[in-house]
Amino acid sequence: MAALEDLYASGHRACAGCGCALFLKTLMRVAGPDVIVTNSTGCMEVVSTPYPESAWKVPWIHSLFENNAPVAAGIEAALKATGRKGNTKVIAIGGDGATFDIGFGLLSGVMERGHDILYICYDNEAYMNTGIQRSGSTPYDASTTTTPAGKMSFGNQRPKKNVPAIMAAHGVPYVATTSMGYPADFTKKVRKALSIEGPKYLQVHATCVPGWGIDGALSLEILRLAVETGLYPLYEYENGQITSVKKIKNRKPVKEYLDKQKRYSHLFKMPGGDREIEKIQHIADLNAKHFNLDIEEKATAKEKEAKEE
Amino acid sequence: MAKMAVMEGSHAIAEAARVCRPSVVSAYPITPQTHIVEDLSAMIANGELTNCEYVRTESEFSAASVIQGAQAAGVRTFSATSSQGAVLMYEVLFSIAGMRLPCVLAMANRAVSSPINIWNDHQDAISARDNGWIQLWAEDNQEAADMIIQAYKIAEDHRVTLPVMVNFDGFQVTHLYEPVEVYDQKMVDEFLPPYDPLFKLDPKDPVTMGALAQPEYYTEARYMVHAAQITAKPIIEDVAREFGRKFGRFKGGLIDTYKMEGAEVALVAMGSILGTMKDAVDEMRSAGIPVGIVKIRTYRPFPVEALRAALKGVKVVCVLDRNISLGMEGAVFVETKAALYNASESPTMLGFIIGLGGRDITVRDIKGIVDKGYKKIGGERVSELEWYQLDRNILPEGI
Amino acid sequence: MAEKMRLTIGLVTKPGTTMQYHTGGWRTYRAVINQEKCIGCRRCADSCPDGAPFECAHDGKKKKFCVNYDYCKGCGICAYECPVDAIDMAVEEK
Repeated sequence: MAALEDLYASGHRACAGCGCALFLKTLMRVAGPDVIVTNSTGCMEVVSTPYPESAWKVPWIHSLFENNAPVAAGIEAALKATGRKGNTKVIAIGGDGATFDIGFGLLSGVMERGHDILYICYDNEAYMNTGIQRSGSTPYDASTTTTPAGKMSFGNQRPKKNVPAIMAAHGVPYVATTSMGYPADFTKKVRKALSIEGPKYLQVHATCVPGWGIDGALSLEILRLAVETGLYPLYEYENGQITSVKKIKNRKPVKEYLDKQKRYSHLFKMPGGDREIEKIQHIADLNAKHFNLDIEEKATAKEKEAKEE
Repeated sequence: MAKMAVMEGSHAIAEAARVCRPSVVSAYPITPQTHIVEDLSAMIANGELTNCEYVRTESEFSAASVIQGAQAAGVRTFSATSSQGAVLMYEVLFSIAGMRLPCVLAMANRAVSSPINIWNDHQDAISARDNGWIQLWAEDNQEAADMIIQAYKIAEDHRVTLPVMVNFDGFQVTHLYEPVEVYDQKMVDEFLPPYDPLFKLDPKDPVTMGALAQPEYYTEARYMVHAAQITAKPIIEDVAREFGRKFGRFKGGLIDTYKMEGAEVALVAMGSILGTMKDAVDEMRSAGIPVGIVKIRTYRPFPVEALRAALKGVKVVCVLDRNISLGMEGAVFVETKAALYNASESPTMLGFIIGLGGRDITVRDIKGIVDKGYKKIGGERVSELEWYQLDRNILPEGI
Repeated sequence: MAEKMRLTIGLVTKPGTTMQYHTGGWRTYRAVINQEKCIGCRRCADSCPDGAPFECAHDGKKKKFCVNYDYCKGCGICAYECPVDAIDMAVEEK
């Protein structure tokens, strides 16, 4: 049966509709089998390796929460020193807590030293494994268990940390954001990253069904909305320069993304919520401006030309 | 006849690491460990250490993680650290031992902050005693270097498969120049075969390492590490003896004894303090005082049986600790007492906290400690634990 | 739970062994593919986090997809993503 051939095997314990499990399954379809994977502590580590079982059909190691990147660097160094490198790719996987927060310094060291590894952050925007606590990746106004919405609070009051830009500032050859809402975009970027020598950073937006408070069936739809509203722009950096951006036709209002998630539901109930949604719309507008996300309507372009003439 | 050369302790240790042919070295600089990793860097730069990747990390946490990853990929590794660096590594050290990766770590023992202090005591390694690493403790430059070579052989023995920490005193060993043997690569290769991992990360034969153990498996997983520690006891002895036959130097396995024949008072300690202690014992023996020394060479696994045998018939045991388990006593004292408590004959035990943060220990100090032992024998009141060099005059009033 | 496994040194684990655990038991709804409507585009297989839909046969010219109910958790992503509405989420009968 085709289903049984996955290098990230079925029977793993991720929640129904988990966007992060889809990330692992798809990643292995694209990258395997000649890979070695390191995985930081987190949901994907826990659900995939309940001893004595393992969902992994490729060599895989979990050490700690913060050190998936240097463990990968050690593996890469070992392969290099013994001439076993060949075509074997080393991939480090970590959630946003591991990547943005606790393992950030270690990741920076690995990127700066030029190890030939692909680091992938699956970004579900909070510490989901420990029960939905705020991380440096949690977006503005999201309610988490440590930034709960309440009479005096609209939830998390800090914007999402811009890790891709920081990674690009390391001078690494390839940095990209992608989303499980766009499997083709994800596949293309993983392939591209693996074809490049040196440190690569990929950040993939992936849902957490209980953490975001969503209907699992809408897992991919909601991820697409994050892109279509301009809240999660998809782009590539090559050698520090932005070289591609996924353009958006008829960018949708952020409301359409927010109203499908319980983590934002307070914005639709609390007095002043409208103003907060406007602020989030402003974040999306700034993204659109910064990354030049919007596709100008052809007619509008023609009108412009006419005007200029 | 072996070739001898005067070299710094750090260089002797780096030389020992070099002849063990590590594939990956990773470290972060910290006083007093720096000369070791500088020397290894120079060896790679000069082509004396080949087929070796040196990873200069941004922290000790990463250095330990790099050697963990490399060891998991099936190669021999080396790292060195000290004090705060070791403390920063603790989390990774637990993980390495739990995953049964036979890494070797050189530890230039140093005091731990606060207050910051770069000089020697044993707190860094002592506070790491429960993480599953075998701990060997060297007395001088030659023993520290020899122990590195022995450490790989012990760690990589399939019956053991545990990481080994080689401890030696910061400055007293790392920065001291002494004559040591220049290793013959061929002899080392004969003693230490290439690393043959029990398991490794390899796409041709994929395994999962570091799985989640629920309560139904965790106890047994911990027991297996403990059992490997116990199994290691005779293997540490055997390796020390085999090294002795090959290189002509045997300084004990789990413990070593010095002038213990008919000893009434025995001194127990670890590290470079042994040199001073031997000088003191020589003088006292010449004066007809029956005093001897038991050196702990292996702190983990703790040499319970060897200590019981060595201390049998002794009237008073004085344990010298260059560490303090705050709120209790020195760790070696506590454990030596525990080891002898249920023995058929249990001598009286006295503990001494001494030489913290690099404070000098003199022959006179050692004689003073033996004196306390004799006072105890004579029926005088002697406190069970004494902070031996404590200057009460400079303490705030009321303490 | 079946008989406990004998432990391995370092708890080294064999690859792909979660397959022995059937997550199908978690399900409230089951994905049912209407073979008449299915166009064999494999969107369901590519969007399932659990690898449940699989190519089961070629029916003349087109591929056919089936669901491996050992693993289908009933999340409904496939039904939502199907471009021709060929998948229904039916209440699981136990």
